[in-house]
Amino acid sequence: MKILVPVKRAVDYSVKIRVKADGTGVDLNNVKMSMNPFDEIAVEEAVRLKEAGKATEIVVVSIGPAKAQDVIRTAMAVGADRGILVQTDAPTDIGGVEPLAVAKILKAIVEGEKPDMIIMGKQSIDDDSNQTGQMLAALLGWGQATFASKVEIDGGNAKVTREVDGGLETVSVKLPAIVTTDLRLNEPRYAALPNIMKAKSKPMETKTPADYGVDVAPRLSVVKVAEPAKRQGGGKVSSVDELIDKLKNEAKVL
Amino acid sequence: MAILVLAEHDNKELKPATLHAVGAAAKIGGDIHVLVAGSGCGSVADAAAKIGGVSKVLKADDAALGNGLAENVAPVILDVAKNYSHIIGPATTTWKNILPRVAALLDVQQISDIIGVIDADTFNRPIYAGNAIATVKSSDSIRIITARGTAFDKAPADGGSAGIEDIAAKGDSGLSSFVSAEVSKSDRPELTAARVVVSGGRALGSTEGFKIIEELADKLNAAIGASRAAVDAGYVPNDYQVGQTGKNVAPELYIAIGISGAIQHLAGMKDSKVIVAINKDADAPIFGIADYGLVGDLFQIVPELTSKL
Repeated sequence: MKILVPVKRAVDYSVKIRVKADGTGVDLNNVKMSMNPFDEIAVEEAVRLKEAGKATEIVVVSIGPAKAQDVIRTAMAVGADRGILVQTDAPTDIGGVEPLAVAKILKAIVEGEKPDMIIMGKQSIDDDSNQTGQMLAALLGWGQATFASKVEIDGGNAKVTREVDGGLETVSVKLPAIVTTDLRLNEPRYAALPNIMKAKSKPMETKTPADYGVDVAPRLSVVKVAEPAKRQGGGKVSSVDELIDKLKNEAKVL
Repeated sequence: MAILVLAEHDNKELKPATLHAVGAAAKIGGDIHVLVAGSGCGSVADAAAKIGGVSKVLKADDAALGNGLAENVAPVILDVAKNYSHIIGPATTTWKNILPRVAALLDVQQISDIIGVIDADTFNRPIYAGNAIATVKSSDSIRIITARGTAFDKAPADGGSAGIEDIAAKGDSGLSSFVSAEVSKSDRPELTAARVVVSGGRALGSTEGFKIIEELADKLNAAIGASRAAVDAGYVPNDYQVGQTGKNVAPELYIAIGISGAIQHLAGMKDSKVIVAINKDADAPIFGIADYGLVGDLFQIVPELTSKL
């Protein structure tokens, strides 16, 4: 079984981002970038399926600037076999390559690569859309299992436990299918130094959106990006009695 | 211009998230229709017909729609989509799962998790875990939207008398099937709709430690929430999780107990009206946004608070 894993280079989850003063976006200059955390989980799941003898090849795809090859190399260092970089200088957080365009590029890649399964993150932590996997499943006419916390391959199906609002739900999807990962699916491993070195010699192709005939012009124009309203926090009370008094008489919420 | 709102329900009851989504639709303005897709969902359609401001209910009742599988529900929406300028789903896991599938098939870029309506094409949505608010304008002819419940007032549950029109289901796609569900049981108010939320973090130390949270929540008729750390440690089920990867809440009172306040958690609760933090670390980031902070041992403070209320 061949698995395709799309990964995204996004702002590191630990970075406190700053909105640009001119309101055009978020300042990403000199900010630490990493693989989107949900995508790390997707890579890990694919590698575990390979280690379990279920998968034979793992292909990683990223769409973004030349530097996005770093996240492809990271995925290779934990076990992916080869990579495809679809290079574009358009922003991938907002105002550039949107989930619909990403899904169209991935569809074209899937038609060439013919994977049996696609595992990808449920959302990226920059634009927080939570759309690409579902859109790709739609364009391919495949089944989808989103927000996965457990994946079992069962013959020609994947049995997937999903994290839904009321608890957990298990569905069975016919392969080929798309699975999007939730945080509790697994604990991604760190790449060992020798594997980081080996990853440098694994094959990586570089393409452009035009190679796949996809128009990446955005459908949503960014009118502005602003800081959220600031809360005036920091007030402290010294006792439970004072807290109850303030909640009753000052905040009037009790 | 008519707007289609997608109902959140469990085939028996209409969920409050639907009322919030109708509230969002009302801000855009226009005829509001509600789609109830399910199996044996007649009582849900009846409840939807009573929502104030709704002029028509579309009911698709079929066994293939009972479990909300995206592959089966999306074609039903596609079938009626051309009649609408906007299709709005509540930002619940149900519609986060289904709507992008509809959007892609209509060749539309969805607008996820809106928190504000500027005009019929322009919306506010949080990005970067709520650390920035983007205003985006759609150039698509049908706007496909998920709306964050806590950002919009509920439409009145009563007062409407819409007609119910049956529409055809499209059968079973054969691509997926429902196996089982494991639903967390709770007699408490629903987390996203509660007036008061009491939330616990890793500092509770164990499932037993969470008992003091339950006692306080019972006293306040509050819903219980949790940080990701408490969920990952297994103290409570994952559907209690508040934050970027869990639920977004905006109650009148949010009490954060033993929660340090990572940005991912703050993203899910910082729009609460009043925030109280109880933590032994006076430098915890949660105190930076809390209206009232109390520094000390939560195992002493919380039982004292419960007994004095």
